[in-house]
Amino acid sequence: MSDAPGGAAIDAHDLTRRFGSFTAVDRVTFAVRRGEVFGFLGANGAGKTTAIRMLTGLLSPSGGRATVAGHDVARDAERVKRDIGYMSQRFSLYEDLTVRENIRLYGGIYDLADREIRDRTARMLGRLGLEHAADSLVRAIPLGWRQKLAFSVALLHEPRVVFLDEPTSGVDPITRRQFWELIYEAAAAGTTVLVTTHYMDEAEYCDRISIMVAGRIAALGAPAELKARFQAPSIDDLFVRLARPAQ
Amino acid sequence: MTALAGLIRKEVYHILRDRRTLVVIVALPVLQVILFGYAIRTDVDRVRLAVVDPSPDPMTLALRARLDAAGVFEIVTVSPTMDAIEPLFRRGEAQGAIVFEPDFAEHAGRGVPASLLIVADATEPNTGSIVQAYASAVVQAYEQEQTTRSRVVRIAPAVRMRFNPTRRSSNLFVPGLMAFVLTIVSSLMTAISLTREKETGTLEALLVSPLRPWQIIAGKVAPYVVVGFASVVGVIVEARLVFGVPLRGSAALLLAEGVLFILVSLSLGILISARTSSQRVAMLGALVGTMLPTMLLSGFIFPIESMPAPLRAISAVVPARWFVLVARSVMLKGTGLAYLWPATLILLAMALALLAASTRAFHERLEA
Repeated sequence: MSDAPGGAAIDAHDLTRRFGSFTAVDRVTFAVRRGEVFGFLGANGAGKTTAIRMLTGLLSPSGGRATVAGHDVARDAERVKRDIGYMSQRFSLYEDLTVRENIRLYGGIYDLADREIRDRTARMLGRLGLEHAADSLVRAIPLGWRQKLAFSVALLHEPRVVFLDEPTSGVDPITRRQFWELIYEAAAAGTTVLVTTHYMDEAEYCDRISIMVAGRIAALGAPAELKARFQAPSIDDLFVRLARPAQ
Repeated sequence: MTALAGLIRKEVYHILRDRRTLVVIVALPVLQVILFGYAIRTDVDRVRLAVVDPSPDPMTLALRARLDAAGVFEIVTVSPTMDAIEPLFRRGEAQGAIVFEPDFAEHAGRGVPASLLIVADATEPNTGSIVQAYASAVVQAYEQEQTTRSRVVRIAPAVRMRFNPTRRSSNLFVPGLMAFVLTIVSSLMTAISLTREKETGTLEALLVSPLRPWQIIAGKVAPYVVVGFASVVGVIVEARLVFGVPLRGSAALLLAEGVLFILVSLSLGILISARTSSQRVAMLGALVGTMLPTMLLSGFIFPIESMPAPLRAISAVVPARWFVLVARSVMLKGTGLAYLWPATLILLAMALALLAASTRAFHERLEA
């Protein structure tokens, strides 16, 4: 990987996962630099989720290897888990807990001291402008805020790499924009971001993207570079062109 | 440990804030004790009894007085012949009859079994059998009392009944009810609350965290152990206050066995939720997999002895069957561990096997 220095935040080499005779992820190789925003695209069933599950230590690879934040995902899953954050499309906050209780729960799970949790809670709520809702149940606050809150909670323990699995699905365009500002902020602070999305305009916001088709990476590079290489007017066109034969 | 404490606290919030479920958990055992105690009880009182006494003597008079004083029977008529009884039965004015043979006292005094016929209206089989049982109990008690070293009094028939001489059905259903309540709280609630986390996606967030699977399970399960424990204590106290159900054995032993049974049920709940992905399916699974067997095959309602052999075999793998056995023995007979260790061992083995299976199922699910 010419564009990834030795200390890549994510480094996958021939990463493979088979379920019986079906190969969900087929010798995938890519690297993500520290502080990079990396778009992980692919149609449903292309293997994105399986790849993410391997990178987050939830699923052991059938072949190949990968390191995340310098730890081997197969041998050192526990240390990988300490150094990553995760937010799924389906949300990771408890709706029947208050904003503050959710933050405290996740702070405790990641072994933060009580004082640390209090300080970070205050800072986070200030940054999000959510102080007034600190003691409201999560289900009572608007979806857009919940999403931003979930992202901030995923970053609470200051992970080196954060995985976002379709974080903006179902959110209005303005909130999506604000959400991406949060992503850039995190990346600027040195957090590596791997994000999956179905919104092709969002793909354009990424430093680099990969497009997975049938378990393999069909294209990998900066959005502008890919459009030039495949002579596609937009990432949307490129995505449809690459993904269609597999369907 | 702070992580685990946080998880437990969160689970407590879930329980306390889900008002409807909380009401069900708290109110269900209380209601069921009342329901089984009054509405569904199989006790009878004021059974209309006819007496046929061809030659009244001190012994038949004494027995009649006893039957009258038992509180269960109301002697509606005394007649010297059977003929007068028949129409009463047909009209439903008598539900049972006691028929003494002529020269009852003389026979009994000679040591010859004096025969006595207990007739019960079997259109209500339950009432019928209970009439028979009560009457036999009264007769037998009298027989024993009258027999001294110098004089043997024998009356036939005699049915032995011990431990629950008054045949109070509340004594029998309370241990079964404990098993039922624990199954609901432990299996059903655990299964539902775990699948809810699957549905909302929060389970995934816990799984990618550094928490170990046992911590996630322990955090989930601990509050329900407390709730289940409280329910058991509640049922015991309520049964005692309202129905006077005794606790003759060691309370500590009973509660310890209760905790063991809670562990078995919780593991079943986890196992069910590991195999299902929606709350609805989990609820159905818990219903069919745990609540129905507890209801039907534990001896709670239907005696195991009267089941056909295949069902008896199946009941052996129903955890509630062993817990009901233990709870009944401890509460009604005051039996100790010296006699209950086989059942306890079976429960312990079930708890260990199911805990291992559920932790494994939990792991396997992660790999799918």
